[in-house]
Amino acid sequence: MTATASPVDPGRRRGGAGRSRAGLAFVAAYTLLLVAFGAVPTCYAIWFAFTDAGGGFTGFANFVTTARDFRFADSVGHVALYLVCWLLSLVVFVVGLALMLHRLSSGPVSRTLRFLYYIPGALAGAASVLVWLFMLDPTVSPVSALLGALGFDTFGQVIAPGNLPVLFTAIAFWTGAGGWIVVMYGALDNIPQDVMEAARIDGAGAWQTAWHVQIPMLRKWIVYMVILAFAGGAQLFVEPQLLSLASVGVAGRDYSLNQLTYDFAFQLNNVNGAAAVSMELLVVSLSAAGLFVARSGFFDAD
Amino acid sequence: MPIETLARRAPQRLLTGAVLAAFAVFFVLPVLWLVLAATKTDQQLVHDQPLSFGSWQALADNWHALTAFQDGAILQWLGNSAVYAAISLVITLCVSVPAGYALAMTEFRGRRALLVATLVVMLMPSATLVVPLFLELNAASLIGTMWSIILPYAFYPFGVYLTYIYFSTAVPKDLLAAARMDGCSEFGVFRHLALPLATPVVALVGFFSFVANWTNYFLPYVMLPESDQLPVQVGVGNLLSSVPQFNPAAGDLAVERPQLALATLVAITPVLVVFLFAQRFLVSGMLAGATKE
Repeated sequence: MTATASPVDPGRRRGGAGRSRAGLAFVAAYTLLLVAFGAVPTCYAIWFAFTDAGGGFTGFANFVTTARDFRFADSVGHVALYLVCWLLSLVVFVVGLALMLHRLSSGPVSRTLRFLYYIPGALAGAASVLVWLFMLDPTVSPVSALLGALGFDTFGQVIAPGNLPVLFTAIAFWTGAGGWIVVMYGALDNIPQDVMEAARIDGAGAWQTAWHVQIPMLRKWIVYMVILAFAGGAQLFVEPQLLSLASVGVAGRDYSLNQLTYDFAFQLNNVNGAAAVSMELLVVSLSAAGLFVARSGFFDAD
Repeated sequence: MPIETLARRAPQRLLTGAVLAAFAVFFVLPVLWLVLAATKTDQQLVHDQPLSFGSWQALADNWHALTAFQDGAILQWLGNSAVYAAISLVITLCVSVPAGYALAMTEFRGRRALLVATLVVMLMPSATLVVPLFLELNAASLIGTMWSIILPYAFYPFGVYLTYIYFSTAVPKDLLAAARMDGCSEFGVFRHLALPLATPVVALVGFFSFVANWTNYFLPYVMLPESDQLPVQVGVGNLLSSVPQFNPAAGDLAVERPQLALATLVAITPVLVVFLFAQRFLVSGMLAGATKE
């Protein structure tokens, strides 16, 4: 800790003054990082989004220019479609699988399955995309028979632009679902035994118990998962970027909004436009998160 | 349970079992395939059974070919990843554990503001800030240095939040008050009492931050221009564009697919190792990250 405490109000020299100073010293380094890598880039983005290359104020011109870019509407559509696929599959399958695992009794089978589901989580980032490039290439894929049965004989056919939302969903689900299944399973474990018992005595079957008792009690967790997955999914970058390197020209470099940001900043030399798109993504993601905070009360600070 | 009920439930159980097994295959098959692919030649990869073992010889050959690529670029990338992840991990821990402790256990001016800022930034997707971060670090002439990666990594609000939750729920304030009465300084209380109690959460923060940093792609992709500075994630992405089957323009320095599979395996090994060690912390950690009971 190199930082020193900032001056404490001298009038407040009661018992807590020393501790107050210590508290400030403890948070000083973190505050520095928070300012440098949270606040300043955010302000920088805002400033760039509303100015031109010369630094003059331009109002919403950058937003208008980027929105009029021929690739913008496409990439918004791509990301939106992907988000729908991704969030739906996450909610349906994660909740479904967690419920099934939970009914399976808490024996070694359930534990083993949870671990197996969890393994791909270690392959986050570029690794998962690379694995799936192989899975989707009929010449080497272990499921080439399945791909053939679906009418795909070449890699180019598999990664046709229309398939991409589903493929990106598969990749994201493959790496991310296991962790959420573990979380949901834990939440199901926390439902009091007598509530479940009461449902059983009332004659509720597996479906009814799940629908009327367990899922409502998971609601908070499901919302939490959806919001985080939404914020993450809107940031789609590495999947389409790597695919564009490997797609024999099928997928472009401007599939997602973040790719577009990158292109504006580094290919077109339009950092102001890039900042405008970044701002839009940030506002959308933060609003989603804010909705969650307001609705669920998860992060009530005392 | 009456026999009829059991009989009625049998098909349901069978269906459940089938679905669970199918998903197990979905999650495990690609990993298994990846491991086996690294032991094959490109010929074997295409013509042999997908889930067959190639040979140790082919594995060794693939390794030699992989390390020969650009004079051992893969080793350089692994080394870079290790340096970036390790230094930022140390900074993250030194910064976020005391901060979480102070937020939970002491009163100071601006505490609430800091807490709220932490929550907001935690919810803020970091990928949107990559381009503004580039501009900021460019203004500070840090682009192309390892600090353009390490410092943004070191800022880890989720770690602060986790430790904050941990200290405010798992460590009784009375204990700290007693230590203070015994004449322990504020730093002493932290060092000798709070820190030892916080070992599980320190491990957890370390795990999450390590995995997040090791697997990050966008930030180093933007910040680092030179091939010999790349972390392994971005490096492996570069390898991909040298595989002729994926990129026909790859040219002479071609990389074969089994070598790419091996590179992917090598790239995830550190995460896998940490993953296996940290497994038992994870569930409680993910739960702790979301509630504060």
